Amino acid sequence: MDRLQFSHETPRALGGGRDQAILGVVASGNLEVLMERVLEPDRCEIEITTPLGGYDAVWEAVIADFVERAAPGGVRISINDGGAQPDTVMLRLLQAARMMEGQS
Amino acid sequence: MSAPTADRAPSWYEASARARLAALLDRASFTEFLGPAARETSPHLPLFDLPRAFDDGIVVGRGTLDDRPVLAAAQEGRFMGGAFGEVHAAKLTGLLRAAAELRPAAVLILFDTGGVRLQEANAGETAISEIMRAIVEVRRAGVPVVGLVGGRAGAYGGGGLIAGTCARLVVSEQGRIAVSGPEVIETNHGVEEFDSKDRALVWRTMGGKHRALTGGADAYAADTAEAFRAAALRLIDRAPAFDLETMRAEQARLEARLERHGTAGDAPDIWSALGVPESGRVSALGDDAFAELLASSGDSHDAR
Repeated sequence: MDRLQFSHETPRALGGGRDQAILGVVASGNLEVLMERVLEPDRCEIEITTPLGGYDAVWEAVIADFVERAAPGGVRISINDGGAQPDTVMLRLLQAARMMEGQS
Repeated sequence: MSAPTADRAPSWYEASARARLAALLDRASFTEFLGPAARETSPHLPLFDLPRAFDDGIVVGRGTLDDRPVLAAAQEGRFMGGAFGEVHAAKLTGLLRAAAELRPAAVLILFDTGGVRLQEANAGETAISEIMRAIVEVRRAGVPVVGLVGGRAGAYGGGGLIAGTCARLVVSEQGRIAVSGPEVIETNHGVEEFDSKDRALVWRTMGGKHRALTGGADAYAADTAEAFRAAALRLIDRAPAFDLETMRAEQARLEARLERHGTAGDAPDIWSALGVPESGRVSALGDDAFAELLASSGDSHDAR
């Protein structure tokens, strides 16, 4: 089991009123994303647990791309991966960010 | 690409555990206990280098159903087949024990499970017994426990046993209820006895229509949250007393059923014996047509 951690600075806090969101399921080719609004508004920390080793660079690129697109400031993101493709990872991250941006 | 149309209600079978709860209970009424942020995950899966889920594949909490307080649990069939691991099972046991004290209007269990999680089998098997014991206590306290079966994994293994201890069961065509699953039977008794690849065989012998017709479930629902909600509401008020008389009546019903149908070769033979007209067509009937058929025939019972 590989554990990866990334930390990003963001230009702004993620909008919306929800403190927490969970999305997706740990299943083959899928993943679950847990977002918690617990950090300083200009920080985003991401922790990934994945059974597939050797894809650190891909994860780093997808996460960097997501942080740039969504500016998820203030949010700690925890991922349990089930071997998802990069496009699925990005989709789930954006869906979870959208949930956080909704009403509490 | 066109936008999704809203002319069909979302499928219960396809929905996640969380989506099912949200659609089943009164809008925004659900409060989760030990949610994903608590990170009560399996202590066993890392030993096998397997990924964990933050909620260990089950969502438990309280909410309201038509303004009546209920406790509810929903299994996620896509995470390890919805199987009972130690934490997963402990969350359900805890919910049931809370119900014996809090006495809500009902406990709803949204089954979606292949049974015990093999990687934590000892803990899981023990937990199945604990859950059944807890259901007995809840029913003794006068609280109906209603099982809803319509998920991808059905209710198999220990999940089938637990379903058997519920006061009432709702099942959809897609739902399956049994103890030994198709592949287990095939492995132990050979493909001539049961071909697990034969989907039609699996559904006509373990599926919702067969269970409803033979008194293995108390209500049949279409594959939507709305249908499951309506059926659950009906059944809550029709839960049987939990006493010796009920148990004896159920024992007698099951003995009579075995006596009558024990030598049947396949499910349609049983349906014919029950007086179902054109039993060969049952599998092809739509939900409404089947509900009509069920109302006019089938092995009705009130003894579970």
